Amino acid sequence: MYSEKVMEHFTTPRNVGEIKDADGIGEVGNAKCGDIMKIYLKIENDIIKDVKFKTFGCGAAIATSSIATELIKGKTVEEALKLTNKAVVEALDGLPPQKIHCSVLAEEAVKAAIEDYKKKHNK
Amino acid sequence: MNKRIYLDHSATTYTKPEVLEEMLPVFNEYFGNPSSIYSYGREAKRLVDKARDRVAKALNALPEEIFFTAGGSEADNWALRGVAYANKERGNHIITSKIEHHAILHTCQQLEKEGFKVTYLPVDKYGMVSLEDLKNSITDETILISIMYANNEIGTIQPIDEIGKIAKESKIYFHTDAVQAVGNIKIDVKEQNIDLLSLSAHKFYGPKGVGALYIKKGTRITNLITGGGQERGRRAGTENVPGIVGLGKAIELATENIDSYNEKLLKLRTKLINGIMERIPYTLVNGHPEKRLPGNANFCFKYIEGESLLLNLDMKGIAASSGSACTSGSLDPSHVLLAIGLPHEIAHGSLRLTLGEENTEEDIDYVLEVLPEIVQRLRDMSPLYEKVKGGNQ
Repeated sequence: MYSEKVMEHFTTPRNVGEIKDADGIGEVGNAKCGDIMKIYLKIENDIIKDVKFKTFGCGAAIATSSIATELIKGKTVEEALKLTNKAVVEALDGLPPQKIHCSVLAEEAVKAAIEDYKKKHNK
Repeated sequence: MNKRIYLDHSATTYTKPEVLEEMLPVFNEYFGNPSSIYSYGREAKRLVDKARDRVAKALNALPEEIFFTAGGSEADNWALRGVAYANKERGNHIITSKIEHHAILHTCQQLEKEGFKVTYLPVDKYGMVSLEDLKNSITDETILISIMYANNEIGTIQPIDEIGKIAKESKIYFHTDAVQAVGNIKIDVKEQNIDLLSLSAHKFYGPKGVGALYIKKGTRITNLITGGGQERGRRAGTENVPGIVGLGKAIELATENIDSYNEKLLKLRTKLINGIMERIPYTLVNGHPEKRLPGNANFCFKYIEGESLLLNLDMKGIAASSGSACTSGSLDPSHVLLAIGLPHEIAHGSLRLTLGEENTEEDIDYVLEVLPEIVQRLRDMSPLYEKVKGGNQ
């Protein structure tokens, strides 16, 4: 039911972990629904230097978190803000219909982390 | 993939070679329609009758009380609708439980739309219905009690003997969905005062797509499938003769070997549950400690989600199932796990391992070797786990 790309990101997720002195942290979803994504950003000169994630959730939730971190790493904050769930789905060669919400969660997690960064840095 | 271990026998079992052997000639040699009067038909009819005798013997029923169906779901639908429609002059109330299979729950919901009243009995933390609750819910309008024999997810075995007594004393029909129980538990429909019982062949090493409904003689019930006069006018449709033959052989084998089978599964399950509880912290065992199906083990691993657990197990060659929302195709985790009082976030992390005939001690060793690593890997990735790491929970 999952594409090879999803399975690849699920089995070897990129950027798993935490950033201790993160400039922005975003956490979305809730345990009740079975998905929580937490994204940590390290930002220098408006560029995302490092990104890590932690996810509680299904295979798709882990894969969308992983690909989202890849898609924004090295990008400017403004570029990262343009990440859409559609781009996440495309980068994974598609998701089953009932898993699309995982891609939405990934988009929201990135945006929440950037908002947190902006708030902390008065941007 | 090298090693493959099947630990999902409550989902389905393979068809045993002895069963398949009896079925095969029915496809091409004894292919007649049992309703035909010539020799081809008579041969097929004899095979169906033989299977009926075998099922009756396994349940201590009469052959004329066994009706073949296309599986457990049809048997459940028939029992509920058939008794409800045939007895609506006497009352419109049905009692069931919150942890029934969807074949029962969804049918009850339909019957509610048609004007019947349904009481869904709660269960305790082990998944057991209370006999007091049952007695208290009986009204003058109650026509049917339908309580599953053993639960498909957590394996809890209900007090069927006592429920049968209560139903008999109250003159209410008693149906039990015994799809998970047949082949695992000795059943005597007469002794246990069971009026209707559903079973399905593929849960005890028979073929898929065939089951049966036991209907005690004299039970008022309407037909579900209408058409020709098969099954003595109670269930239309040309008989699935190969399937029925397979069902007959499978139930005979299952009941013959029930003691040694139970002993074997119980030993493996004890090793599995103890091994997992020793190796993996923050783990719950779901279901009743003793009154449970011998092959059933059901766990919740806190802070992780079931589907990602299943995918990881699959990559290691282990086939299992979960009651997480992601595997059920809905937003909520299993209704059974919620009914025993688990919060959503813990129910999402459930794992069901159901043992069977071909499993060995080595299989259990292998699970105990790979499962802790998988759980730990997922926990290391989980934002819920980082909050408890190091602390006590």
